[in-house]
Amino acid sequence: MAASFAQRPALDRSLGWFSVGLGVAELLAPKTVGRMIGVGDQSTLLRMCGMRELVSGVGLLSGRAPATFAMSRVVGDVMDLALLGASLRSPDSNPTRVAATATAVASVAALDLYASKVDVRSSFAEATQDVPITASLMINSPPEQVYAYWRKLENLPRFMTHLDSVKELDEKTSEWLAHAPGGVKLQWRSEIVEDEPGRFISWNTCPGSQINHCGSVRFESPPGGKGTLLKIEIYYGLPGGPMAAKVGQLISNGPEAMVMEDLRRLKQLIETGEIATTRGQPSGTRSLVGRAFSRSES
Amino acid sequence: MRAVCWQGVHKVGVEDVPDPRLINPRDAIIKVRKAAICGSDVHLYDGYVPTMMRGDILGHEFMGEVVETGSGVSNLSAGDRVVVPFPIACGNCFFCEQEMYSLCENSNPNARLAEKFWGHSPCGIFGYSHLLGGYAGGQAEYVRVPFSDVGPLKIPDSVSDEQALFLGDILPTGYMAAENCNIKEGDTVAVWGCGPVGLFAIMSAKLLGAARVIGIDRFPERLTLARRAGAETINYDEEDTLDTLQELTGGRGPDACIDAVGMEAHMHGVQHAYDKVKQAFRMETDRPGVVRECIQACRNGGTVSVPGVYGGMADKIPLGAIVNKALTIKSGQTHVQRYMKPLLARIERGEIDPTMIITHRVSIDEVPDAFQMFRDKQDECVKVVVNLSS
Repeated sequence: MAASFAQRPALDRSLGWFSVGLGVAELLAPKTVGRMIGVGDQSTLLRMCGMRELVSGVGLLSGRAPATFAMSRVVGDVMDLALLGASLRSPDSNPTRVAATATAVASVAALDLYASKVDVRSSFAEATQDVPITASLMINSPPEQVYAYWRKLENLPRFMTHLDSVKELDEKTSEWLAHAPGGVKLQWRSEIVEDEPGRFISWNTCPGSQINHCGSVRFESPPGGKGTLLKIEIYYGLPGGPMAAKVGQLISNGPEAMVMEDLRRLKQLIETGEIATTRGQPSGTRSLVGRAFSRSES
Repeated sequence: MRAVCWQGVHKVGVEDVPDPRLINPRDAIIKVRKAAICGSDVHLYDGYVPTMMRGDILGHEFMGEVVETGSGVSNLSAGDRVVVPFPIACGNCFFCEQEMYSLCENSNPNARLAEKFWGHSPCGIFGYSHLLGGYAGGQAEYVRVPFSDVGPLKIPDSVSDEQALFLGDILPTGYMAAENCNIKEGDTVAVWGCGPVGLFAIMSAKLLGAARVIGIDRFPERLTLARRAGAETINYDEEDTLDTLQELTGGRGPDACIDAVGMEAHMHGVQHAYDKVKQAFRMETDRPGVVRECIQACRNGGTVSVPGVYGGMADKIPLGAIVNKALTIKSGQTHVQRYMKPLLARIERGEIDPTMIITHRVSIDEVPDAFQMFRDKQDECVKVVVNLSS
């Protein structure tokens, strides 16, 4: 963990200077650059790419929001590859050189992707805990039992599918391993702040964690008196804060839906002893879209 | 194994697929002896139920023999002859504890999808779209039955496969439709649709004390069966349904009206054209002609019971009539597990003969053709039973 923190600034700085150098060259000598990379005379386009490189480069060197600027380089690389492909249609282009350039861009892209992943991880760790997630669900079992199941933290990966493992280090501290979308591994330490048996647990992540959040789970007796009204409240750090979370929710269901699915699985485990699923059942020939959907089904 | 698969709108085929296996501790694997094509399967065939996918195994009415049980099942063993209810229910949740099995909170793995459509999710159902869980169905040689310690009912030797088969869906569905009418001695009940569910609703209404049951359809063979089940009949091709009901009840209207037709109702005139067009353009998912007639015909303070399947949105429901006539509307997927044992007892006592509705018996290879025949009501088809093994 410590190693990856140390690597970040060095890699970001190199990529930053690379961006600035390339940007300056594209801005001042677009014709020479065009000949070198085999696309011919594309001055206007290359100047625009140069501007983009300068923004990414200066951004990375500034050390502010490194995840955003590293990601902007990844996007830029994809754009460049697309433009290189398109340039082959122009009579000015030199296919051999374009191919060589594409190879070079692809290798830089790999570095950029790595840097952005590392940066995303560390910027998660540094963001303030101000993005809320709340969810609640009725469970047909007394609060004491639901509390007991939850309090044995090693149980949590059974219904929280993004968790790989939870290890209780002592009464209060535990070590968590999880995977985020895109194959990013996350690791953090968590400390129990308040613990009222049968009623309430709250926690906070320890300094140095790759993901930064605090939260609480409440086991209430519902008005009717039967079962448990479980309420969970989490505040987590997200680079970009609550605004970024809102934008994210436009694209996918976001963490709120994920937590809700986790709670549903918990309810099923406690009430029925198993998690309802169709994974592994037979089917006839699926369409391409159908195969993708089946994989996402629980 | 061989299985009947949904392949697209109006396309059903028999495919070779892997055998099912136990996935969860409370699962059982059933070797299917007999399955049936249900009227609600026609809605899948015609493409009116969203979230069907190519390759989905169809069938939610089936019975057979237990071949394997999971570690959490102690009340079934290999060789048991059982009939399986179409709603998958855990038996442990808030709703199952109240015997409202079709509202089970734990059996639909895609509950989040259903919640987007309806606010809350019902139970999972075999072979009835991914909205209802995406479970592989029973028109196949073998089927995996989740929560098999709760659903399947053992069949006594004195009851045949065919007599037991309809305990899994249409018999309890017709019965619950009649029970929802809150019938009192001497009541008049009108039943729209004399297909399998309508016929069982007619028989059940009689058993529950209705003095008079009126069956409404346009196919002579179905009207004949309705009369045999104890109903008077209206052929709506020949007489106006609302006028005739008024006349038969001295202007008061039936005490209860049952819609045993559902989302693909056939009506006459402008109304039918209107709903056909709206449904074709997906401006409504359901054609509610029968619900409208039930509401219009029902007596003041009466009950409209809807066992017919609806999926989404319908247009021009006379809400004003519901309010001003003080009607009660009752509906729901059937809580089959609640009715199986008492209805089995009625079959054993000879009070109900479920086999009287069967008109066709086919092999699995004939199922694709049988779907079309059943939908178009060719060859006086009322109910198709699929023989898989015996």
